[in-house]
Amino acid sequence: MSQLQRRIRAARAEGRAALIGYLPVGYPDVPGSIEAMVALVEGGADAGGVGGADIVEIGVPYSDPGMEGPVIQEAMDVAVRAGVGLRDVFAAVRAVADAGAVPVVMTYWNPVEHYGVDRFADDLAAAGGAGVITPDLIPDEAAPWLAATDRTDLDRVFLVAPSSTDARLAATVAACRGFVYAASTMGVTGTRATVSDAAERLVARTRPVAGDLPVCVGLGVSNADQAAEVAGFADGVIVGSAYVRRMLDGTGPAGVRALSGDLAEGVRRPVAVQ
Amino acid sequence: MTTSAVSPPEDRLEPARPSWPDATGHFGVFGGRFVPEALVAALDELTEAYRAMRVDPAFAAEFAALQRDYTGRPSPITEVPRFAEHADGARVVLKREDLNHTGSHKINNVLGQALLTKRIGKQRVIAETGAGQHGVATATAAALMGLSCTIYMGEEDTRRQALNVARMRLLGAEVVPVTTGSRTLKDAINEAFRDWVTNVETTNYVFGTVAGPHPFPEMVRDFQRVIGDEARAQVLERAGRLPDAVLACVGGGSNAIGIFTAFVPDEGVRLIGLEAGGDGVDTGRHAATITGGTPGVLHGARSYLLQDENGQTIESHSISAGLDYPGVGPEHSHLHDIGRAEYRAVTDAEAMEAFALLCRTEGIIPAIESAHALAGALTLGKELGPDALLLVNLSGRGDKDVETASRWFGLGDREHAEPGAGLDTDQQPTEGAVSNDEAVAGQNAGESS
Repeated sequence: MSQLQRRIRAARAEGRAALIGYLPVGYPDVPGSIEAMVALVEGGADAGGVGGADIVEIGVPYSDPGMEGPVIQEAMDVAVRAGVGLRDVFAAVRAVADAGAVPVVMTYWNPVEHYGVDRFADDLAAAGGAGVITPDLIPDEAAPWLAATDRTDLDRVFLVAPSSTDARLAATVAACRGFVYAASTMGVTGTRATVSDAAERLVARTRPVAGDLPVCVGLGVSNADQAAEVAGFADGVIVGSAYVRRMLDGTGPAGVRALSGDLAEGVRRPVAVQ
Repeated sequence: MTTSAVSPPEDRLEPARPSWPDATGHFGVFGGRFVPEALVAALDELTEAYRAMRVDPAFAAEFAALQRDYTGRPSPITEVPRFAEHADGARVVLKREDLNHTGSHKINNVLGQALLTKRIGKQRVIAETGAGQHGVATATAAALMGLSCTIYMGEEDTRRQALNVARMRLLGAEVVPVTTGSRTLKDAINEAFRDWVTNVETTNYVFGTVAGPHPFPEMVRDFQRVIGDEARAQVLERAGRLPDAVLACVGGGSNAIGIFTAFVPDEGVRLIGLEAGGDGVDTGRHAATITGGTPGVLHGARSYLLQDENGQTIESHSISAGLDYPGVGPEHSHLHDIGRAEYRAVTDAEAMEAFALLCRTEGIIPAIESAHALAGALTLGKELGPDALLLVNLSGRGDKDVETASRWFGLGDREHAEPGAGLDTDQQPTEGAVSNDEAVAGQNAGESS
């Protein structure tokens, strides 16, 4: 079984959802971002809390991130200008694995295509990466990627959206391995005051075609209450912009660590009987 | 190479349709859809609505009536012998898209997409714009059809093209200056996509060029091919034969695809795209995507693009805001790879020299974008000799560029400009055309004033 799926199952066995945290590599610089990722994994463990993230999404900075809101754009922009690229993720992958979480890379497609699809799959697998989330690659265009991930046993996570038709949901889920990324709302990344109802509806539509494959929800979750709410219907809670906001605010790894502790508590709250 | 035989004159009853793209929008290895899943439903909806509309006689009649009564089609062709003296006497014929309502070819596409927007029942349109021509055209069509309209424009371009910003606002559009990335067209496209993915239930994205995800490259081509369909018949009628070459500037490439498409089956007709060479392709400061780029994925499609060793898009540079784009439409990449079209780079200085030359010899102020194609014709005429017949797409008029040209030539402040500096081309090209040094001096003087 895939690393990602195994980790999400382990969380489920504890009666909770998995916490998946995102940070881009290279903000404020490569070592600084890796330090923050480790803090994201550790969370409140040192303070007697429940720990941090189960899975880290390591973001690849990209010059034209069409799905990102202003927070992640700002951090990526700094990293891109400093020349950070796909080759810099492998050190982050090793650090996250050493810290005890499962590393998965999140990347727009052109950096992979430019690096070489097969070469990237080989290098990521060698570094201990579990798989890749591809926000602008749909299975329809992914034949070389499907082949490369099959060959290297990497997980491949595609996105489903509230606008996905039933036929596309089925086809996309069939191409996924590791988990299915359910984009909770129509829009770009960023923190939101409330979790959209669309998220729960999308998960409900995805479950019947997903079978055993976990369904994780991202876009807009930023605090423990929202994490608890999403944990009530999803297998994993994905948080990105709220972590990046801590980095931009200058609270850095300490801020990331504190947020991870809160969110880890959120995904462990008893689910209210509905 | 001689200028000899091309296909014999003929009348085509129906325009030939290229065999590409395939059903999922691939032009050979290029094109396709590299987009967030959230947009796929909207792109599918557009594709289906467009295919139904294309074969609907009622749409064809409405579209044709708009093109005739609103745009002013067919646009004429104009032979420019005084300009052509500077191309070693080759015959040069201009396709006058500058005479369209709103001043460029962009209106051809937006009228089609605005009709499509009404057909799918959406009330709001968004668009990106570089030089502002597509934004003006979209704002125009939105006003005409009662749609609300938001235009994304790089902050840098809103400064370069202030006149067009004012035009869009007069037409009732909201203009949003984009302050991310390089603050030019590529970033305006990113912002427009972000708006679309957020508001897709109410909003249609009126894409301005033959780039982007399927179905935009195919759909925009089909709306723009009227340029070449008309021009082919007009040149046949005027000259009794097909041209030896068809030239057009290429940013995203919609005016070029528009004039090329009718000629693609005419194997004897060379198709030449002129890319923006900026300071020169070897300086790295340019927008010559096919000449100086490599294949990759940008803005939803695989095509040539300017990218660094990490696959990050490189910022492009051109005096022409409309060509200042680090990508290019996938059909151009395909035409390049199969050898059906050639792509050459024209520097800022060469384009501005041709710009001035057309003003002074023919009384036509071209868009700086189109001046790149004119510069290409000057060079090609010298290569082919006086028997050559060249068809150039004059894709837009230069009113919007008057300020840029004034700065370049040092005309903005007569009292402080060098007497006669910069703009004096009414002489033999060997001794009188604008030299690069003069032009640069003029530009610097203008910028510091």
